[in-house]
Amino acid sequence: MTEATIFELSSPGRQGAYFPEPDVPTAPIEAAITRDTLPLPEVSEIDVVRHFTRLSQLNHGVDTGFYPLGSCTMKYNPKINEETCRLPGFTKIHPLQPVETVQGAIGLMYELQEWLKAISGFDAVSLQPAAGAHGELSGVLIIRAYHRARGNHKRVKMLIPDSAHGTNPASSTMSKLEIVELPSDERGNINLDALKTECDETLAGIMITNPNTLGLFDENIKAASDLVHEAGGLVYGDGANLNAIMGIIRPSELGIDVMHFNLHKTFSTPHGGGGPGSGPVGVSADLASFLPAPIAAIIEEGEEYTPPLYGLIDPDNSIGRVKAFHGHFGVIVRAFTYIMMLGGNGLRRASEHAVLNANYLLARLRDTYHVPYDRICMHEFVAEGKWEDVPDIHALDIAKRLMDFGFHPPTNYFPLIVSEALMIEPTETESKETLDAFVDALIQIAAEARENPELLHAAPHITPIRRLDELKAVRDLVLSCGFSDDYGD
Amino acid sequence: MFLPHTDADRDDMLQTIGVDNFEDLFRSIPSDRLFPKLDLPDGITEMEALAELQHISDANETTDELISFLGAGAYNHYSPAAVDSILRRGEFYTAYTPYQPEISQGTLQTIFEYQSMIVGLTGMDVSNASHYDGATAVAEAVNMAHQNFRGRRNKVVLSPGLNPQYRETVSTYIQESDIQLRGEDIPLTGNPNNLIPLIDKETALVVVQYPDFYGRIHDFSKLVEAAHKVKSLVAVHVNPLALGLLKPPGDFGADIVTGEGQTLGLPLAFGGPYLGIFATRKKYVRKMAGRIAGETVDGKGQRGYVLTLSTREQHIRRERASSNICTNQGLVLLAATIYMSLLGKNGLRQVAELNYHKAHYAAEKITAIPGFELVYDTPFFNEFTVRCPRPAAEINKHLLADDIIVGYDLGQIDGSMNDQILIAVTEMNSRPEIEYFAQALSEESYD
Repeated sequence: MTEATIFELSSPGRQGAYFPEPDVPTAPIEAAITRDTLPLPEVSEIDVVRHFTRLSQLNHGVDTGFYPLGSCTMKYNPKINEETCRLPGFTKIHPLQPVETVQGAIGLMYELQEWLKAISGFDAVSLQPAAGAHGELSGVLIIRAYHRARGNHKRVKMLIPDSAHGTNPASSTMSKLEIVELPSDERGNINLDALKTECDETLAGIMITNPNTLGLFDENIKAASDLVHEAGGLVYGDGANLNAIMGIIRPSELGIDVMHFNLHKTFSTPHGGGGPGSGPVGVSADLASFLPAPIAAIIEEGEEYTPPLYGLIDPDNSIGRVKAFHGHFGVIVRAFTYIMMLGGNGLRRASEHAVLNANYLLARLRDTYHVPYDRICMHEFVAEGKWEDVPDIHALDIAKRLMDFGFHPPTNYFPLIVSEALMIEPTETESKETLDAFVDALIQIAAEARENPELLHAAPHITPIRRLDELKAVRDLVLSCGFSDDYGD
Repeated sequence: MFLPHTDADRDDMLQTIGVDNFEDLFRSIPSDRLFPKLDLPDGITEMEALAELQHISDANETTDELISFLGAGAYNHYSPAAVDSILRRGEFYTAYTPYQPEISQGTLQTIFEYQSMIVGLTGMDVSNASHYDGATAVAEAVNMAHQNFRGRRNKVVLSPGLNPQYRETVSTYIQESDIQLRGEDIPLTGNPNNLIPLIDKETALVVVQYPDFYGRIHDFSKLVEAAHKVKSLVAVHVNPLALGLLKPPGDFGADIVTGEGQTLGLPLAFGGPYLGIFATRKKYVRKMAGRIAGETVDGKGQRGYVLTLSTREQHIRRERASSNICTNQGLVLLAATIYMSLLGKNGLRQVAELNYHKAHYAAEKITAIPGFELVYDTPFFNEFTVRCPRPAAEINKHLLADDIIVGYDLGQIDGSMNDQILIAVTEMNSRPEIEYFAQALSEESYD
C-alpha cells in the first residue's frame, strides 16, 4: 500500500486555499525582483485532506498502538494538552509584544521554571533550548563558560561513559571539548577506577545519564560525582531518563550540577514524528548566571490584590541566546498542563508505574531473552536480540517481526555496549493487558526463530510496505520529487 | 492520572517481579533522600486544568484584540483550517522520529514532499528535514561552511541586515570555536556591496538576509560574485512566503538557503515552535547536518522512503558528527507542507502579492503624514522601516492605549535608531485597520 506524492496528484488550475482580492490599490512590482515559476503542486482541498489522511494511516503512533521505544518515553499524550496549547490567548500572541500584554504567557513560563526546579532540586532553569540535544549543547557551553570565568582555560576534557547517547559526544565536540570514553563495570555502573585515572587539572566534567541507557540506576553516581567535584570538574546530567525518578530522587541530590529536561519525553508532550521537542536546562546556584537567555522573571513583586509583573531577563554571564525568541512556547504550555494535572503525587505515581511496568516485562521475558545486566531496572531495560542456537537471527529480525503483531519495536542496536540490543521502555501509561500481549508476542517470536526462521527474516509481512532497500537510498540519493542526480561523491 | 492499573494489576505485577511494594523497586538508589515531597500544587482534573489555563491565557492580549503591525521575524498570517485539522491526527503527532520505515511511511513521505517543496521554493538542489528555527538554521550554515573548509577558513561575514537575534544565536554556537564574525560595524545604510571588502581567502561564509531584517530587498549578485571569486560560500536567509513572489536565491548563486518557516501557516505562539529551513547545493549534501528522507523500494518493488545518509549523524558518528541535532521540527514541517500544498503554485503567489500591496498601501499612508518617512528607498516586501518625528517608544506607548501595536521599536537594538519603527503588514491587516492606524499615527505628527 503506497500513496502517490502530492506532486503526482497535481493538476494545472487546481487550488486548495484562496485569499481575498486586495482591498487596497495595488502597487507596481518590479519584474527584476520577481520569480518566473513556482514549482509547487496544484491540488484541491479535498485532495490535500485525503492525501495527508492516507499518509497518516501509514504511521504507527502511540494513539494506534504500544510503542516501547527505549530511551524515548513514548507515553500517552493527553488530548487536553492539544486543547490548552491552542487557546487563542496562547497561539495569537507575538513574541515581541510589550510585556504588559503577555503577562499570562510569561507568568506561565515562570511557573514552569519553578516547577522544574522543584522536581529536579536545581536552583535555576531556562526554557530556551528547543530539544534535548539543544539543551545538552547549552549545558556543555555553561560548563565551559563556568571554568573560563574562573580563569581555568585548561579544563577541556569531558568524560563520557560508553553507554551514553550519541548526542553527548557530539554536543561536547560542538563545544570544542576533548572526549574521553569511560568503560562501564560489570554491573553496568560507571567504572570508578577508570574515572579516578582521568581526574586531573584538565577535567572539565563528566556527562552522566542516570538512570543510564541500560535502564539501571548507576549505583556509583554519588561516588563518581564526588570524585569529579574534588578534581574541580562539573557533572552534566542527561535528563532523557527523568521519567524513572520524578518524586523518587531529585537529580541535584546525586551531585549533578547541570541537566536538561526533555519535555517531550517526561512531561507528555507529543514527539510529533520527530519534533518539536523542548529541552529546558536546569543548574545549581553557581551556574545560574550562565543560563541561556532569556529567562522568565518577576520584575516587580505583586501585592495582595495585584499580581507580580513578569518579564524576560538575560542572566548576567549568559552563554547567550541559543535560538530566536523564548523557547518552544507551544510545547511549554502542554508540559505545564500535564504537571498541573498530576501534581507532585501524580508525578511520583507516574515514575513508580513506569518502573513497575518495566520490571514486569523484565520478569516475564528474562527466561526467553538474555538480559546481560540483570537486576531490578528502572523505567527500561536492555535485552539481547539473539540466541546462540540460531545465530542467523538478529535483533533487527525480532524488531521487524514485532510489527506484524501491531507493536512498534523497541530501540535496537543501542546502547552500543550490549550486542544486538533491544532496549524496551513501556512507560507508565500502558495496561497489564498490553504488556502481557507484548510478552506473548516476544515469546512466540522466540519460538518462531527456531521453527521458522524465514518468517523473521522476511518480516514484516502485514505492514503497508516491506523492508526497504536502504543501500539503494544512499546509492541513488533521490531526495526530492522529480529530481534525481548524482549528488557528488 | 493517565494510569490504567487496577489494584489487582499492581499486586499481580509486584508479585511477578518478586517484590513486596514500590519502595523495593528503588533500593538500588543509594540515598537517604528518597521520595522527597515535591513543592508543587496538588493535582487537578482535566476540567479544572482547562479552566485554569483559560484564565491564564485570558491575561494575554491577542492579535484578535489588538491591531498589530509587529513583525521583526514572526508574522501574523492566515492558516487554512485544513492545516490544523490534519495536524491533530494522532498517527502524525504521537509518532516518534521515523526510525522504523515500514510503519512510518506517513512521516517519511511528508518529509520527502516537504524537501521537494523547499527545493522548488528556494531554487536549491537539496533540503534537509528542518532545524529548530531560522536562527539555528543560520548557525548550522556557519558550522557547515566552517567544516567544508576543514577549519582552514575561520572568517564568517554576517550582514548587518541579519536579524540581530540570529547574530546572537550564531555567536552562542561558535563561542568555543576559532570562527571570527565580521560585518557588525558595516553601516546599515549602505547596500550589500559594502560587505565585499571584508571577503577574502580566509572567509568561509557570507550570510545575508532576503528580505533583510529592516524589510529591504537587495540585489546580491555582485556580492555573490565577489564571494565566489575567492571560493567563499554564500548563505541567504529567507522569508519563504516572500519567495512566493521574489526571485529564488538559487537564481543568484546562493550556496545555502536558510529560512524561518513560521510564515508558512504556523501560529505566532509567542515565538515557537517555528521551523528552520535549510537547503543547499548537491555538492554539499553530505556536509549538511540534520535528517534527510530519501526514496527507495521495498522487497516487493514498491516505492518507499527512509531516513538516509545517516552516517553523517550523531547516533552513528558520535564525537565525529558535524552537529548534535536529532529531534527537529517534524510536526511543524508537516504543517508547512500542508500549507504549501493547499495554496500551491498560485495561492502562494497570491498571498505574497497581497502582503506586498497592503504593505505598500500602508507605507504610502504613513509617509503622507508630516514627520514620517521611509528610512530606505530599497524595494520591500511586507515590512519597512519608518523614521518618526519623536521616539518610537513614545509612539508605541501612546498607540498601545488605543490597542494598536505600531511595530518593532528599533531603538531596542541600537539607541541611535530610537526614532525608527519596523512595520509589518500582512494579509490579516484590512484596509480600514491600515487607515485607522495611519490616522492614529497622524496624531503623533505634532507636539
